[in-house]
Amino acid sequence: MFVLVTVAAIFVVVLSLLVYAVVKFRSKVRDDPSEPPQIYGSTQVELAWTIIPILIVVALFLASARVIASVQKAAKPPGSIEVIVTGHQYWWEYRFPDLKVVTANELHVPLSDPAHPTPTFLTLLSADTDHSFWIPRLGGKTDLIPNHPNRTWIDPHEAGLFLGQCAQYCGTQHAKMLLRVYVQTREDFDRWITEQQQPAVTGASPAGQRVFESTACVNCHTISGTTARGRFGPDLTHIMSRETIAAGAAANTYEMLRLWIKNPDAIKHGSKMPAMGLNDQDLDAVTAYMETLR
Amino acid sequence: MSAHAVTLGDWRLPSRGCVGMWCLIAAESAIFTIFVVAYLFYIGKSQSGPQPADVLHTPIFYSICLLSSSVTIHLAVRGIAEGKVGTFALWWFATILLGGIFLFGTAREWTHLIRDEGLTISTNLFGTTYYSLVGLHGFHVTMGLLALIAVACFYFASALRQEHAERLEILSMYWHFVDAVWIIVFTVVYVIGV
Amino acid sequence: MSSTTIALSDAPARPFTLRLHEWVITVDHKRLGTLYVLYALVFLLVGGLEAAIMRWQLVRPRNDFVSPEVFNRMFTMHGTTMIFFVAMPLVFGFANYLVPLMIGARDMAFPRLNAFSFWMSALGGLFLYFSFLGGDGLYGAGSAPDVGWFAYAPLTAKTFSVGHSTDFWTLSLLSSGIGSIGTAVNIIATILCLRCPGMTLGKMPLLVWLNLVMAVLVIFAVSPLSAAQLMLLVDRYLGGHFFDTQAGGSAVIWMHFFWIFGHPEVYVLVLPAFAFASEIIPVFSRKAIFGYPVMVLATIAIGFIGMSVWAHHMFTVGMSAGANTFFVLSTMAIAVPTGIKIFNWLATMWGGKIRLSTPMLFCVAFLFQFLIAGLTGVTLAVAPLDWQLGNSYYVVAHFHYVIVGGILFTAFGAFYYWFPKVTGKMCNETLGKLHFWLFFIGFHLTFDFMHVPGILGMPRRIYTYEPGRGWDIWNLIVSVGALFQAAGILVFAFNLIWSYLRGKEAGNDPWDAWTLEWSTSSPPPVYNYAVIPSVRSRRPLWDLKHPEDPDWRYE
Repeated sequence: MFVLVTVAAIFVVVLSLLVYAVVKFRSKVRDDPSEPPQIYGSTQVELAWTIIPILIVVALFLASARVIASVQKAAKPPGSIEVIVTGHQYWWEYRFPDLKVVTANELHVPLSDPAHPTPTFLTLLSADTDHSFWIPRLGGKTDLIPNHPNRTWIDPHEAGLFLGQCAQYCGTQHAKMLLRVYVQTREDFDRWITEQQQPAVTGASPAGQRVFESTACVNCHTISGTTARGRFGPDLTHIMSRETIAAGAAANTYEMLRLWIKNPDAIKHGSKMPAMGLNDQDLDAVTAYMETLR
Repeated sequence: MSAHAVTLGDWRLPSRGCVGMWCLIAAESAIFTIFVVAYLFYIGKSQSGPQPADVLHTPIFYSICLLSSSVTIHLAVRGIAEGKVGTFALWWFATILLGGIFLFGTAREWTHLIRDEGLTISTNLFGTTYYSLVGLHGFHVTMGLLALIAVACFYFASALRQEHAERLEILSMYWHFVDAVWIIVFTVVYVIGV
Repeated sequence: MSSTTIALSDAPARPFTLRLHEWVITVDHKRLGTLYVLYALVFLLVGGLEAAIMRWQLVRPRNDFVSPEVFNRMFTMHGTTMIFFVAMPLVFGFANYLVPLMIGARDMAFPRLNAFSFWMSALGGLFLYFSFLGGDGLYGAGSAPDVGWFAYAPLTAKTFSVGHSTDFWTLSLLSSGIGSIGTAVNIIATILCLRCPGMTLGKMPLLVWLNLVMAVLVIFAVSPLSAAQLMLLVDRYLGGHFFDTQAGGSAVIWMHFFWIFGHPEVYVLVLPAFAFASEIIPVFSRKAIFGYPVMVLATIAIGFIGMSVWAHHMFTVGMSAGANTFFVLSTMAIAVPTGIKIFNWLATMWGGKIRLSTPMLFCVAFLFQFLIAGLTGVTLAVAPLDWQLGNSYYVVAHFHYVIVGGILFTAFGAFYYWFPKVTGKMCNETLGKLHFWLFFIGFHLTFDFMHVPGILGMPRRIYTYEPGRGWDIWNLIVSVGALFQAAGILVFAFNLIWSYLRGKEAGNDPWDAWTLEWSTSSPPPVYNYAVIPSVRSRRPLWDLKHPEDPDWRYE
């Protein structure tokens, strides 16, 4: 706020001088042969307009330094949540190391009470190229850079769904690497955690599960409690607990899910998910299996 | 414009060849600085493969050759400035010889590193930064040597005279620069990095 | 002092092929300057087309005018083209043409190096655009580069950038980098060694000072970029690991190397813009520039401080609090000499007799727009604000405000101001004002409103966006502004051609100006000055026109 007011004030003052000068000192006579008095400089004036900006700069600098220190050196209060975020082309991996939860693309965090804060601390890693984690209404952005772990934190005081997206160009589908953060009351968050901690539902769709486990799906995806332990793509154990698929690119409905498995290019051209080349029967079976993974 | 403010005789400005060469040296220094920074940054960070202390042998002899060539080129340039073309030729050829010995030494060192120690530019961070930095310097020595040889050809064609002294001095500035860079590269690679 | 010329109409007509050949082999600074500028204008149209394609794609959410691959190539090529093949050639072209004339010299210090530098720069541009045809590498995955104009690692590694598109980016910039460094060496040697008698460093026109500092910056800034690109080539072709994060390499070090080039680069572009303003504003206010010594000191200060601010492009990368704080300080510090310059230009106008001809219109708009650009820069210098605003459309708006609103506007002013000297014809004033107003409206529609989606969370380099984020209307307005700008540019191009063919005779000194170039004929003879002039003050022609009140009595 202080910065914006200062900058606005400077703008108003200098612009007024400019407008005044153009209006007042406009040449009145066409092709006026006489020249105005030639003034080469003035030490006092120049000194003044050097000193004042320096003072403004010092003030703005001190304000910035204070905020930088308070953000980057923030202490971690007890009860904070730890999440490890790994950026991939073009999806987000989330691990809660203490709570033993692995999920993708939709992050849930607890509401923080200003009196007893429980912020969420995020460790930011990358599996491939540079990404950036940015939810404007929750905080500034921090980049995810391979071989360069970063730390940031959010301290939400308002529940709800907060949207963002990757803010560092990472390749073809950078634009559809969307972020959805659900800030929930403590009870709701704990319930979500418990649900995520369960192993996958098995036996509910044996045909689809068989197709999944005998095709290349297992090379990229993990479904806990099964033979699928791939890490290249998102964890699918509780895929039906998410509202969207493909990092927010499509709604999580039967039709979209089936289309995604059949032809990812139709939804997110350039994503790393290959078209699986399944026949219709297998496609139906696998999609039905996905639908059981709550 | 008035004619009496400054007489043409008093108006002295630096030589454009000299200024041009200093600018080139500045630009090349900036390039070398980046390679040196990368080298220093990556010291100790190679995850595998040969490490500097294990495979590098400090090239004292070849460094002495290169640094002496700065002395010989200075003597050559002084010779031609005084009109002694014979003196010039003697010290100029000595410079070329010493520069050539240095390059030979680099080639020998690299052959040993590649064949016997298995260190190439793609082996690890040390390999990448070492060959890049030393190679960039060696490239500049080569370019300098080619220029020196070109001047030698002019000498053999009897085309070299005392009035060329200033140009040869400017060329020698490049050669001194190359030697100064070697002092830095030597320190970074064989003293700090080991 | 008189200059002798042979009128073009008296010379025998020469065949077209001979005249073309003369242009190709020329070492004359005026012709090379013209070639640079024409080259820049062609690429301005190409870069503008790339921008138009992007704005069409972004006019509404979830648009499918172009594929993501094409869009990503568009922003990469648009940025690379505009910086390296429009702005740099414009800067070098004007410097080449004007510096020798303004210091009373007959040519640059190294005319053949001058020609070599031009052709190396030109080769770079052609090479970059050849990538559209020849970019298909071994894997058929190629075409124009799509890694962004700052080509962050490891996106540029062979694993992520398969094919040769990134190599076209690297090699074209290496080529034009050689050209840039050559030109910079030439400019410095010319200014230090070829000034006419009496023209001490303290008596050079400000344009000459600003180009001198610009050239020094080129030497120290473009070289690191060349080094980084050599490293990238080593990584991509020799299996090197400079930026290979899998082998322990650092992606961040590329950012440091790039921005050590990238930030001084913007000062390379803006100092000549200041140069144009510093020549045009005094003449059209009928007053000497206010505070010449401080203007020179401020320029040198900008040059120095400008080399120390680079990591303000990296506030979100995760540097330590100490590093972030340092770069906040250096970035804010540079606002001081820059602000001082704005005040000096204002003070020059103050108490003057302002003539709002087209060159001055563009410079007044520059003052207004550069003020805003500088202030949005100050907001970005506050690192915590940058954590929100960085890498968003707010930044895109800010830097276009500087480059288009600042640099391009003064460049337009420079075109209208020096066109009579170069061609001997006056530019049509009505068309000039039409160009100004169309472009001014378009510029503000696009770049004022572009700040808003940035504040609302829209990142840069996205080929499409979701509806419901509140960005739709702003993107629409921004895209509409592009149409006005395009119209303005078309009027400008038409004006240049029409005026060249049918403009009024200009004479030596149509603006009643004061620097040496206005003492020659329009266009100047190939040798510039039959007799090398000698000077006694900063405004030699003022002294001649006002013998009762010469400058050298006062400063």
